[in-house]
Amino acid sequence: MRDQITKRFLNGMDGLGQVAQLAGESIRSILARRWESSLVLYQLYFIGIKSLSVVLITGAFTGMVLAAQTYFQFHKVGMDTATLAVVSISMCSELGPVLSALMVAGRVGAAIAAELGTMKVTEQIDALRTLATHPVDYLVVPRLIATTVALPLLTVSSICVGIAAAYAVGVGLLGIDPAYAWHNMLHYTSVQDVGVGLIKSVIFGMIIALVGCYKGLNCPQGAEGVGKATTEAVVFASIAILISNFFLTLLLTRALTQK
Amino acid sequence: MIETRGIKKRFGSQQVLNGVDLRIEPGEAVAIIGRSGCGKSILLKHLIGLLSPDEGEVFINDRNIAHLTERELLGVRKEFGLLFQSAALFDSLTVHENVAFALRREGKLTAGEIDRRTEEALERVELPGTGSKRPAELSGGMRKRVGLARAIVYRPQIILYDEPTTGLDPVVSDSIDQLIRRLCEQLKATTIVVTHDMRSVRTVAKRVLMLHQGTIYTNSSVTDLFASTDPLIHHFVNGISTPRDILF
Ligand SMILES: Nc1ncnc2c1ncn2[C@@H]1O[C@H](COP(=O)(O)OP(=O)(O)OP(=O)(O)O)[C@@H](O)[C@H]1O
Ligand SMILES: [Mg+2]
Repeated sequence: MRDQITKRFLNGMDGLGQVAQLAGESIRSILARRWESSLVLYQLYFIGIKSLSVVLITGAFTGMVLAAQTYFQFHKVGMDTATLAVVSISMCSELGPVLSALMVAGRVGAAIAAELGTMKVTEQIDALRTLATHPVDYLVVPRLIATTVALPLLTVSSICVGIAAAYAVGVGLLGIDPAYAWHNMLHYTSVQDVGVGLIKSVIFGMIIALVGCYKGLNCPQGAEGVGKATTEAVVFASIAILISNFFLTLLLTRALTQK
Repeated sequence: MIETRGIKKRFGSQQVLNGVDLRIEPGEAVAIIGRSGCGKSILLKHLIGLLSPDEGEVFINDRNIAHLTERELLGVRKEFGLLFQSAALFDSLTVHENVAFALRREGKLTAGEIDRRTEEALERVELPGTGSKRPAELSGGMRKRVGLARAIVYRPQIILYDEPTTGLDPVVSDSIDQLIRRLCEQLKATTIVVTHDMRSVRTVAKRVLMLHQGTIYTNSSVTDLFASTDPLIHHFVNGISTPRDILF
């Protein structure tokens, strides 16, 4: 039992190390400009545009439920007009980045792992290598750049839609005074909150792409292997997002507010 | 020149290669034969650096490639063409894009020149006009031939063929054998053909290596091979199974 736990822990550490290696190799490739912009654009389209609807729906309904719940509590103490401020701060620094990242991990991370995993088991990755093309240059870097660029943009749109939806619910449905609520929101939401959210989503984007690529490139043989790689990519990316989110919150709020 | 010294490779509990020594001169045409599952494809992948040996060395033009990094290997592989046993076409690309892949990545030729060379390669494998199809729309034999076109289009100096004629009809098989031979003679390409087809061996190769239980069992000329009285070789080239084989 204890041996098994040690073994699992070591395996996990090994995986982390290899993801870090993949990240290093990708950064070297990016700096040496060994990637093609046309591939990045294609991935950007696939990852960005096609994830937009999921992310917007998530943002809208999160904003709405958050507005309602906050209002119900704040109404008891007569702080109705602080509702939008709470929604905006939590959307910008926590819910927007995390929920968008989780949705994109489920959609894009899975797609990346499945595609690369299938290429691996059908020897297409070996064929790439034979044709003097490094899989990192051709497959990983375009996906990494595209996800890292797309996720902050998706997150921003999700936050905007979330706040708009919260405004609609708060003002339209619950009867909050629009002018005061809006004023409070702008007053209490700081640039730092937005900054924290954006930095987080950049990091989450990298995590999704790197974990998806790593799982795909190291896919076990067979159709079952591809399935396993795909689920693991989503699960590991989601867990990594949630864990790193906690530390990023501590780190970034410290770093940004001390200045 | 290609040379291996004592390469060993193990997968789990199975020792697939157990000390393979071979030497192939530039421009030579060699066939590799051996029972199914004896490690021929694995051996080819070692020659091009797709797999690295557990022990032993692989020399390509006197350069030891057994322990190079993936990046360093990319340069070495430009000299190579490899036809995969499974063809391994990129299924997200069309046939034309598959064949043109290496030339486009290299970026030395103009787009027009690349298209011309690609069409020419497709014609050579008797698949003109299929450029716009996707690999999923092709038959197994057609895929194999697209894989062949992709491996030869950039005129590599060393071409490795993993069962080039398996799954092809006899007529196309023969024309592919002729093509392999012409490429060897005209481009002076070092040619290594893994095959189960004894007719191909006669057409294509001058020398034959037989792999058995992880080592080179025999290294002989084609005529010697077919005249051999060694029971293992005799049974193999004439396709005779012994009662013990039938049990499996
Ligand atoms: N990725 C792998 N993991 C574990 N074992 C493997 C792997 N690849 C190949 N093997 C084993 O190595 C042996 C040799 O495989 P290889 O594909 O080289 O056979 P082969 O000689 O090309 O056979 P065939 O003529 O049927 O193509 C097989 O017995 C196979 O079980
Ligand atoms: Mg084989």
